[in-house]
Amino acid sequence: MTPYATLTYFIILAVFLLPSIIAGLRGKTFKTYNACLTVVFLAIIFANQPLEAGSLILFTIWQAVLVKGYLTTRLKHNSTGYFYGAMVLAILPLALSKFAPFFTSGSLVGFLGISYLTFKAVQMIMEIRDGRIKEVSFYRFLRFLLFFPTITSGPIDRYRRFEKDIEHTPTKDEYKNLLYTGVNRIFQGFLYKFIIGYLIHHYIMSSGPVQEHTFMGTWLYMYAYSMYLFFDFAGYSAFAIGVSYMLGIKTPENFNKPFISRNIKEFWDRWHMTLSFWFRDYVYMRFVYFMIKKKVIKDRYLISYMGFLLNFLIMGIWHGPHVNYIVYGLYHAALFILFDLFERQNKKRRFWPQNRLTDCLAVIITFHFVCFGFLIFSGRII
Amino acid sequence: MENVKEQVLEILEEVCENEVVKENPDVKLFEEGLLDSFGTVSLLVEIEQRLGLEVSISDFDREEWATPNLIIQKLADMR
Repeated sequence: MTPYATLTYFIILAVFLLPSIIAGLRGKTFKTYNACLTVVFLAIIFANQPLEAGSLILFTIWQAVLVKGYLTTRLKHNSTGYFYGAMVLAILPLALSKFAPFFTSGSLVGFLGISYLTFKAVQMIMEIRDGRIKEVSFYRFLRFLLFFPTITSGPIDRYRRFEKDIEHTPTKDEYKNLLYTGVNRIFQGFLYKFIIGYLIHHYIMSSGPVQEHTFMGTWLYMYAYSMYLFFDFAGYSAFAIGVSYMLGIKTPENFNKPFISRNIKEFWDRWHMTLSFWFRDYVYMRFVYFMIKKKVIKDRYLISYMGFLLNFLIMGIWHGPHVNYIVYGLYHAALFILFDLFERQNKKRRFWPQNRLTDCLAVIITFHFVCFGFLIFSGRII
Repeated sequence: MENVKEQVLEILEEVCENEVVKENPDVKLFEEGLLDSFGTVSLLVEIEQRLGLEVSISDFDREEWATPNLIIQKLADMR
């Protein structure tokens, strides 16, 4: 059963969440019960997909052994070789599931959520390398990795943040607020995903004029698809965040009014934030750090631009090994670099003043560049 | 402490390319657009080279390290 897709799923959720909610309102947390919920919901989600369930189990064992194993060696000595080895092994299952269809007839199965779980595992290995995570039990690892509200598509939480929330039992009043926010977010999800998203998909994207492959048709499709993407995914994220809050976990936000961004950098601070911040912290910044420290290249702008390229190229390929996703990644890297050049020139010459009019213009321009990116992403033109 | 403070402000001024970090050490570096991801990395590398303090990217939480004063405090604690 796909999470958050049917009324049945929400009814099952409500029933199983009830004990957690009652405990919360009395200022308690049923930690073990909440952990068991994850097992129950994984069973519900993967019940009729035995192959996927099998890969999920294998994947989980693989990552658990890897993280524990790397932590053990890291505590003894900080070897760069082991770190890279652990990274490769952590990404291997995801890479196999994405690229295998090219080589085999698709006998290697991935499962819904494999990329999001990979992000979590990789992040833990990075933080172990940095010495920020010094102990992890199998139980804690599994509780974090498999946390069911966010298992299929995020938002991507961070281990240390997640643990802080679990260790803290909310008081009655704190829990009331969490519950209130949680219920609110779930209803926001209904509005976004099942009403607005559905209406856009059903009445605009599927309508005759938009389906026609004319310039106007594609142009309208671009707007409709961009809006659909937002409402569908922001709706899903609202469900995931809402359910997390009810369990006392403040899963981070994924969207913050992305379409009012005044430039492309601001857009990525507002759109699919947990993914974008993950890439910023674990790809871009690590790459820049490596390049500056090793003094491979002196030109700081060149380093930064190579970082953008790497960042968005990987993000593009991560969506799947298809031309449209790769072009989408390159397109955003190009926008980032061009905007940076523009910003630097503007710092010197001040040809783009900042006032309400230019801000307004900037929002409209950014919106169109972003929507065009989604059009590439959609695969309609490539 | 004084020594760390001076050096950190010096580094911040270079990295942010702005004197305001010295004039107002409580300025919010990220909110005001003085520091971005690239600047953060440069800052960490400089701190390591000049102060001999190793701060990893995982250590650097944008909220905990939001202002020059907070950064100075964090580094002083590390010493």
